[in-house]
Parts: sequence; structure tokens; C-alpha cells
Amino acid sequence: MRLRFICAIALKNVGNLLMTETALAQEPVAHTQAPHKMSAHNVKVFYGTNEAIKGVSIDIDMDNVVAFIGPSGCGKSTFLRTLNRMNDTIASARVEGDITLDGQDIYSSAMDVVQLRARVGMVFQKPNPFPKSIYDNVAYGPRIHGLATAKAELDQIVENSLVRAGLWNEVKDRLNESGTALSGGQQQRLCIARAIAVDPEVILMDEPCSALDPIATAKIEELIHELRGRYAIVIVTHNMQQAARVSQKTAFFHLGTMVEYGDTSDIFTNPKQDRTRDYITGRYG
Amino acid sequence: MHPSHNEHTLKAFDGDLTSLRGLIAEIGGRAEKAVQDAMLALATHDLALAQQVIAGDAKIDALEDQIDRLVIQTIALRAPMADDLRELVAALKISGVVERMGDYAKNIAKRVALVDANHNIEAADLLPAMADATRQLVDDAFTAFARRDADLAVAVCAQDKTVDDFYNSIFHALIAHMIANPDHVGAGTHLLFIAKNLERIGDHATNVAEMVFFAVTGQSMNERERGDDALAPVRHAF
Repeated sequence: MRLRFICAIALKNVGNLLMTETALAQEPVAHTQAPHKMSAHNVKVFYGTNEAIKGVSIDIDMDNVVAFIGPSGCGKSTFLRTLNRMNDTIASARVEGDITLDGQDIYSSAMDVVQLRARVGMVFQKPNPFPKSIYDNVAYGPRIHGLATAKAELDQIVENSLVRAGLWNEVKDRLNESGTALSGGQQQRLCIARAIAVDPEVILMDEPCSALDPIATAKIEELIHELRGRYAIVIVTHNMQQAARVSQKTAFFHLGTMVEYGDTSDIFTNPKQDRTRDYITGRYG
Repeated sequence: MHPSHNEHTLKAFDGDLTSLRGLIAEIGGRAEKAVQDAMLALATHDLALAQQVIAGDAKIDALEDQIDRLVIQTIALRAPMADDLRELVAALKISGVVERMGDYAKNIAKRVALVDANHNIEAADLLPAMADATRQLVDDAFTAFARRDADLAVAVCAQDKTVDDFYNSIFHALIAHMIANPDHVGAGTHLLFIAKNLERIGDHATNVAEMVFFAVTGQSMNERERGDDALAPVRHAF
């Protein structure tokens, strides 16, 4: 117990040192601690002249899983993708407003996008493992980011990531088999392991269970519970029951605006806005 | 937030809710009628009517069962949210409360045969007025549910004081009467219990109103000013 305590302090100090290093490297001026992990302020997204997101402001904290809900085309996925600049890949997309990660503007020219996407990882609707071995799927990120110098170190990262993703016991004896040979639910957990492997701070999940059966879905939801606190998690879901099950905060999007954002228990029992109420009770449209 | 008048995309869900509202209206109506008939039976010493009230309680119990099953089934099958969920939870609680109201009415009916038709106890003269006030409270509580009327629900809770005041008044009068006329203690005690039953029915009407308020607003009703609590006359008298 005592040893664990000392280890925890040691780890914390190492972490603080690393944080300081990072802060010094990226921001030489006095660093004021940001109260929120991520903050978006008056974010607008345009596809050409079409305004898809019309001024959304939201704070995302480490302690909570945040769910984005809303009908198709409401902008929830578009907004999610602004949080790690995935919209950069769409030529016609333009983002206005401020989004900060630990107080740093993620759209500033100083921000390294590759680094950003390592810190803010993403899991997609359809499991998309690389056509490589299970091991290589997880090892890919740490390799390109230079997170491991020795094979043993990389092995450890792969194992830890697979353990955290709840997949280790199912694949530990066949790490050299192709990731695409796994079941859909296993593939999705492999993708989560892949995201975890580069030690992100925020994980964005875009409909991570919509292609999975109920058992695989339950495993992902349990995994989200396990990961909560270690990472800030934002999940987009069409399944309101899922939002209710996994999140502590829920944001309801409609026609490019965020209509309501609050505690999940309040949103689902006593929403403040009529539009939220109509949507979650199945009266929308 | 105003109650939604939009229909659910899934029409069968609206069908479930409509059935449930019908059942609540029916159980509420039956409880109200049971109180009314029990008091009429008492006033006219109509043993047949009293028997009818006693037998009718089984129907109220059956309705409670039916409501509970429908609520559980709807929660399981429709995964209700927000005001739908609150209405279902309110309905579940209301059905239990109305079942109790029915039991109190039945208890009043049972005492009809035990009270001498010509008891001539003046202290009990206020009972019919108390019964009217109680019946009105029950009626208002269920009207509030049917209309989703939070204001009326608040009014019901405020009005409960009238019933409590009747009870306190009758309590004091009956105690004084029984002290002065020890041979009336038997009938007097039955009348006292009848007043107490009415007072409890009034309290349950406020419980219904509180659930209506919760279903409509999503908030708990604030602690209301109740005036004397039910035990106050007991403490004063002894």
C-alpha cells in the first residue's frame, strides 16, 4: 500500500516534469492553467457557403463522458471532427471560432496537427483496423510518434493498450494474426486500443457501436466506463439509451446549433428546451 | 416548459399513454365515488349501499394492478424519456395512492352498520361538509392530472388545510362529547375514525397533486404551509 503510494507520487512527479517540459517547449510565456480540458467558443463550420455549425460553445472536462445527440444532419459529427481538426481534410470546410486544448488554441499555426491528433484520438463508426497484424495495428502509432525505443518497451505499450481496451485476453495468443480477422466488436476495441496506444488525453468516438451487435456494444460501453477519468471522452451516438448509459453530460444538437447541454440525468428526465424534449421522447419530425 | 401536444413518431406509444390516462381517470373516479357513497350510506344508514362500496373496492384494486402492469410494460417496451417518463412514474405512484383512498372509503362503509342510525351526536354534524371538501379535493387532484395542470395541483395541496381543519374541529367536538356522554363512546369512536379516514383521503389527494406537479414541471413541490399537523388536536386534548 505504502509502496504503491510512493510509486504514485513518483509517477505524478514524472508527469509534472513532462507537463512542464511540454509547456516550456510550446508556450514560453507564463502558463495559466486552463480550467477545462477542451473549450470551444462560438465555433462555426462552413462547407463552402453552407453554415453547418452555427456558433457552438462547450467545455469538456476530464471527469465526464460527454455524449452528443441529435437527428441526422444536425452537425454533431461535424462539430466532433473540429475537436481534432479532422475537418482539415475536407477542402471546402472552414472553421471559425476558438477551440482550446489545455488552454492552447488548436487552430493556431503553432499547433502540430499530427501531434494534436495523437493527443485527441478518434474512433470511427465502422471499425477500420489496418490490414496488418493485431500487434502492428496497436504498435503503429507509438512507432511513428517514437514513443518506444526498444522492442520490450513497444511490447509493453501494446499489451497495456490491449488490456485497457479489454481485448488482451481474447487476442494475447494470436497477436500476429490479422486485425481484420477479428469480429466487429473486437475490431472496434482494437481501434480503441490503437487510439490509446499513443497515450491521448481526449478520445473522440463517432458512433462507435452503430455497426455492432448488443453484446459487443455492451463491451464497448463498459470500456467507456473503465476509460472515464483517464481520458476525456466525447461520444457521438444516435442511440439515446446509449447516451444515457455511458455519459455524464449530454449535448443536444439540432440544425447546426447546440440546443441544450447539461447533466445527462437532467437532459433525459427534465430537459429545459422543448426541442430537446420532443427529440428525446420520440416526437421529433 | 409546456406540455407537448405533438404526437410520438411511434403512434403505439401514444396509444399506451392514452390507455393509461383513461385508467387513471377511471380509478380516480371510482375512488371519488366510493367516498361519496360511503358517506351517503352513513348519512342515510343505507347498509346495501355500504355493502356496494365494500364490494366495489376490489375493482379499484384490480385497476391498480392493471395500471402497474401497463406502466411497467410501457417503460420496458418504449424506453420513455423526459415528460413521458415522469408521467409514467407519476401514474405508478398515483395508482398506489388511489388504492389506499379506496381502502379508507371501504373502511368508512364498514363502519356504517356499527354506528346507530339515530346516534344524535351533534359533534358529527360537520362530517358531511368535511366529506364534500374531501371529495372535491380528490376530484381536483384527478382533474389536475387529466389537464396536466400544475397550478391546480398546487391549489389542491393548499386546499388540504380545509380538510385538516374540519378534522381538528370534529376531533375536539367528539372528544368533548364522549367525555360528557360515556355511553356514546362506541359510536363516537367510529365517527372519529371516519373523520380520520376522510383526513387521510385528503392527504392522499395532495400526494396525487404532488405527483401531477412533478410530472408536469419536473420539480418537487415546495414544502407547503400545512397549518396544524394531524396530531396537534391529540396533543391539545390530552
